[in-house]
Amino acid sequence: MKKNAEGVLDDNKLRRNVLLKKKFRNLDLIVFMGPYLVTFAVFTVLPVIISFIFGFTNFNMMEWPEWVGLENYSRLLLNDEIFSKAFQNTLVLSFVTGPLGYIICFAFSWLINEVPPKPRAFLTLLFYAPSLSGGFAFVWQLLFSGDSNGYINAWLQQWGMISEPIQFLSDADYMWPVCIVIILWGSLGTSFLTFIAGLQTVDKSLYEAGAVDGIKNRWQELYFITLPSMRGQLMFGAIMSITGAFGIGGTITAVFGFPTQDYTLHTIMHHLDDYGGTRFEIGYASAIATILFVLSFVANQIVQFLIKKIGK
Amino acid sequence: MADSTAVKPKKKLKFPQFGKKEVQKDAFGNETKKKRRLFKYNRINRSFGGDLFLTLVLVIGGVFMVFPMIYAISNSLKPMSEIWLFPPNLIVKNPTFKNYTDLFNIMSNSLVPFSKYLFNTILITVIGTACNVFSASMCAYPLSKRQFRGKKTIFDISTLSLMFTATAGSISTYIIMTTLGWIDTYWSILVPTLGSSFALYLIKNFIDTFPDTVIEAARIDGAGEFRIYWKILMPAIKPGWLTLIVYAVQGFWNTGASIFIYREELKTLAYALSQIAAAGIARAGVSMAISVVMMLVPVLTFVVTQSNIIETMATSGMKD
Repeated sequence: MKKNAEGVLDDNKLRRNVLLKKKFRNLDLIVFMGPYLVTFAVFTVLPVIISFIFGFTNFNMMEWPEWVGLENYSRLLLNDEIFSKAFQNTLVLSFVTGPLGYIICFAFSWLINEVPPKPRAFLTLLFYAPSLSGGFAFVWQLLFSGDSNGYINAWLQQWGMISEPIQFLSDADYMWPVCIVIILWGSLGTSFLTFIAGLQTVDKSLYEAGAVDGIKNRWQELYFITLPSMRGQLMFGAIMSITGAFGIGGTITAVFGFPTQDYTLHTIMHHLDDYGGTRFEIGYASAIATILFVLSFVANQIVQFLIKKIGK
Repeated sequence: MADSTAVKPKKKLKFPQFGKKEVQKDAFGNETKKKRRLFKYNRINRSFGGDLFLTLVLVIGGVFMVFPMIYAISNSLKPMSEIWLFPPNLIVKNPTFKNYTDLFNIMSNSLVPFSKYLFNTILITVIGTACNVFSASMCAYPLSKRQFRGKKTIFDISTLSLMFTATAGSISTYIIMTTLGWIDTYWSILVPTLGSSFALYLIKNFIDTFPDTVIEAARIDGAGEFRIYWKILMPAIKPGWLTLIVYAVQGFWNTGASIFIYREELKTLAYALSQIAAAGIARAGVSMAISVVMMLVPVLTFVVTQSNIIETMATSGMKD
């Protein structure tokens, strides 16, 4: 083919234009994704890689790191009794509070979504209050405290139910249930708000279509329409719950102090903070972080697999 | 879009009007009895008993959830004599604002004026939140709606990074900041906010649910990529970025002592207030007042954004 009679476009020219366009088609991606990718690589990926390498060294922040191979890991897994206790505690705590917290988050956001918009906004505020007032975990400490300032002990004594104050915060029999209640209380955080917003984006016409197709009650509606429509938010919530559950530490310290009595509630996170922040054994702390990462990763793969099955 | 005659008059969606009609018809045209309903809110498939039960659960749950907040507010209004009362009062008997006036007195005597701390915190909160929202949404748009090599890898790495504890990387981050020469400057706090994988993941979920057909239609009509992002996508995923704003404001507002900042005049409000509270039990009332004051901005942001989320969804009628 040759030049067009009207002289609009040479075929070669056209082809070159198309090729040029193809080559630079994705050039605007640099503008769109550049800021995120560069900062993400430098301030998130790079530190993770460095910290992974530190895991194989002996590093005290004063001298140049010394390569020790797998010594940190063998010491951690075989010789550190407190770590094995922390490992067990973390597993038990996260298996109880993780799934339970996740279900509570979804249940409440779904229930709240059922009421009309005005009270809905108010109820969301009530349920999100624990997260908004991040520092209020200390209120629980006042409530359960074993000395004369502890509210629950004071009330129980006033009503004559006990004669000696119960040591909620240092008696191993009470520490676990108290801890679980407090963690669940604070679990309506990130995932909860995401679920609330996700429920809003579900296409309303699907519900009408569902009603025509024979959906009878809210439970069927939940399983066949709502849950599959917000799979993305469910996955996000799952990741947040998993990392939250394996990363428990701060709340326990705020209420029970650090270290907890006889290491009853010592978690991997506490161990990490102890070695990284107090003893400055960075290599050892990095090895702990890597193990924590592997744990979260495995748990996440399982949960993602389960979520993909919903509504199918 | 050029031919205006082709645009059809807007069709109103007909919802079943349970509140108004005495007799209503089901999907097949048979007459059914009017349902008794607790909420006058157009929803299908809801029973009266279920709504009642739901209200009960929510009220009881809500009281349990909000209790520590009420307690802290009540304690911040207690005079010193009432704070250490035995057995303690849950709700204040003789409310006083003394704790708050004490707090302001301490603040006005500080070495660095408190307005400086407040300004620092506001600066970090505003810039940090804006960086979070724009960088994440701009990156998430092509990740979700464009085709190019490596897009799955980028997203997978972002997701993986969510599972790594931030504490563990803090030493490495410090080394990086030293190399860049950003220690003791705000760059160390503000620049990393551009690369929040948390924000990216959150926003991408919302963009994923946005129909591709709308974007394709806009492209055919000649809209550029940036215009699609700004005029079509961002308004449609408003619930997403409003939710992100709540988290971001909450996080940045509570930024305490950073390991990268040493100069006193660069420190934040949360840090300064925590120093006041650290003085011990003599300031128990004042520290309660501090908790309440620090809570105000996150709560306000939350209320404003939440009412907006509900508004958006009531007016949008986007369909695939």
